[in-house]
Amino acid sequence: MTQRTLITGNGAAAWGARLAGAEYMPVFPITPQTEIIETLGDWIGKGEMGGRMVTLESEHSMITAAGAGAATGVRVFTATSSQGLLYGMEMLYTVAGWRVPLVLVNVSRGLSAPITLEPDHNDILAARDSGCLQIHAATCQEVVDAILIAYRVAEDARVRLPAIVNLDGFYLSFTREPVWLPDASKVAQFLPDMDPDEFAFRADKPVSAAVAVLGGGPYSYFRYQTHLAALGAVEVFEEACVEYDRVFGRSYAPVMAHRLDDAEIVFVMMGSFATKAMDAVDRLRAQGVKAGLARPLLLRPWPQDAIRKALTGRKAVVVVDQNLSMGFGGVLRGEVASALYGQADAPGALLGYVGGLGGRDITFAEFAEMAREAETAAAGGEAPPTRLLYTQAELREVRNLQTLAHAQGLTPGGEGRS
Amino acid sequence: MYRIRFHGRGGQGMKTASRILGAAFFLEGFEVQDAPRYGAERRGAPIFAFVRADRSPILERGVIPNPDLVMVADDTLVGMPQAGVLQGLNAHAVLAIHSTTPAGEWRQRLNTDARIVILPPLFDLLDAAQRVRVSAVIAGAAACLTGRVGRDTLSQAVRTELADLTNTVIKDNINKALQAYDEMNEFKGIAEPQPRTDTPLPTGWITLGLDPATLAAPAIHAAANSVQVRTGLWRTLRPVFDYSHCNRCNWVCGSFCPDGVVSADENGWPRIDYDHCKGCMVCVAQCPKHAIQGMPEGWAAQQTMPTPPSPDRKEAAP
Repeated sequence: MTQRTLITGNGAAAWGARLAGAEYMPVFPITPQTEIIETLGDWIGKGEMGGRMVTLESEHSMITAAGAGAATGVRVFTATSSQGLLYGMEMLYTVAGWRVPLVLVNVSRGLSAPITLEPDHNDILAARDSGCLQIHAATCQEVVDAILIAYRVAEDARVRLPAIVNLDGFYLSFTREPVWLPDASKVAQFLPDMDPDEFAFRADKPVSAAVAVLGGGPYSYFRYQTHLAALGAVEVFEEACVEYDRVFGRSYAPVMAHRLDDAEIVFVMMGSFATKAMDAVDRLRAQGVKAGLARPLLLRPWPQDAIRKALTGRKAVVVVDQNLSMGFGGVLRGEVASALYGQADAPGALLGYVGGLGGRDITFAEFAEMAREAETAAAGGEAPPTRLLYTQAELREVRNLQTLAHAQGLTPGGEGRS
Repeated sequence: MYRIRFHGRGGQGMKTASRILGAAFFLEGFEVQDAPRYGAERRGAPIFAFVRADRSPILERGVIPNPDLVMVADDTLVGMPQAGVLQGLNAHAVLAIHSTTPAGEWRQRLNTDARIVILPPLFDLLDAAQRVRVSAVIAGAAACLTGRVGRDTLSQAVRTELADLTNTVIKDNINKALQAYDEMNEFKGIAEPQPRTDTPLPTGWITLGLDPATLAAPAIHAAANSVQVRTGLWRTLRPVFDYSHCNRCNWVCGSFCPDGVVSADENGWPRIDYDHCKGCMVCVAQCPKHAIQGMPEGWAAQQTMPTPPSPDRKEAAP
């Protein structure tokens, strides 16, 4: 399998699990992830793939089973999306505390309410503080590559934490792109069988895992150990990327750069929508605007040094958040600000935009306008407040829906009371 | 970059059509992106799929607002606003409709600058066994309209995308795809990538203000509003009663109907609410007298529906 093939993001995720030799796959269906487990089930049914797949009765049980499976020393793969990730959230935090390695793929989809099918990152960001590593893929190629890298980092004795690989629903999950599927023999070289001897429990080596501790002292110790392991995972991730490049010839880094070298205006975005920013950067460059893109591939652990390196000394930084922390704003903007605060050569302005919620498109005109506002802000030294990318036409559409829905509070002109 | 949209109904194979064309472009050395957009995720509901093909890596994502080519498998969708067939069509674009209605008539009916091409049906639309080939037909026609895919490549793409099917079915689909390709020969290559304008456009941005919660909560303040969703538009087959064979045991068709759209009139004759019948054909399968037939919707829409026989006839049938 060394040829380039058209494959969906979901297909690439299934290939990642297959190539990694996942041995245990507890699963539960949810749109837009289901195709991953259908594909794996199909392969297992045809005898093309080994391992055992079990359908659980919920994501809560699924993540419990995934953690328990990993604790026995087998390689575990599982996948979910959106409400499913939230339903399993209690156990996501719990299995991270167990210090067991596994890979979970999340196919991003906006959260309820109102319910929707299309992507944004509020689901995956709800897992931000869980102790799980978090890798954000931007292409179908990155999905399969990130899964293999994720296993290597998660299983490293210095880390041993669950890892989540995120891909955007629809924009990657159902979209075919040309993908180089890694050669299975090379995968064995990059990702040898897990050596679980030092931690796996067996009948002849019983373990009471994840015991209770009373008192803040022991609790703080165990929690902080998880934090330290996650922090150290940046370096382990970098090592894995170097090795991946050596074996497969594809180069990754905690923060992916696009035309950053002499960039004055730098966009910061995660996931598949970041390719729209790459396109915009290329087009702005053609117009003489020195734009660039810094894309965190790794969100947890937060690659602070790489972020600083990418963003200091710039005229302005524009963070486009495809998520919304209610009562705060974009999560990524906050993370970036924390990395830049107090830095000697911090950028002249840090602008925040919220866009792409529920799969809402972000147009070139909008990227161009963001770059213009960034120039102005850098010249004036003051950034405008965070803006939701939203148009008059979109509000008009909502007003029509509200009229149809007999919503209270509409004025006769069709405008709200604002 | 080529930007191509396929419009059809769930079950008509628009995802497959987009994949055949995507695979064909890929075989011709293009970078490709293809994807379906499922919408209601129900058989018969409008769905679309799209293909991007370019000589350099594709960074654009998501739905295509300004297509170069729009392929329509089911001409009943053209006039349906929810299907969005005409969205973003300009004078540069080509609109190819799988239809028996001539291009001139479509031009009169539609308020569009797009160039209209008619792909005449290559099989008997009333023959259910033939209809499954529509995805190959649409893909074959699109391949020719772009002028960038050869016949051999098209055959290979059909073979790749239908690899799970039997050889007979694959060959049959290849033949249909090639037939559609040849049918479009006089229009070969008329669909061309339109240049993208990099002139900054106004964003149309507004600053969204706070609305009262009564307005800003996603609620519909009305009872029984789902009746306003005309799911009958999803129907590709229409169940039609033959009242000369119906024995008025309407609890059979009425009980099995998963959508509760079969009712009886005061004389016991069953009636169907075609505004909400999705055309699942469960009633057709269950009728003990075989008095219900599934007829293609496009054909049935032009017929007068049979009414219950007199003397029990009290009102006009729907």
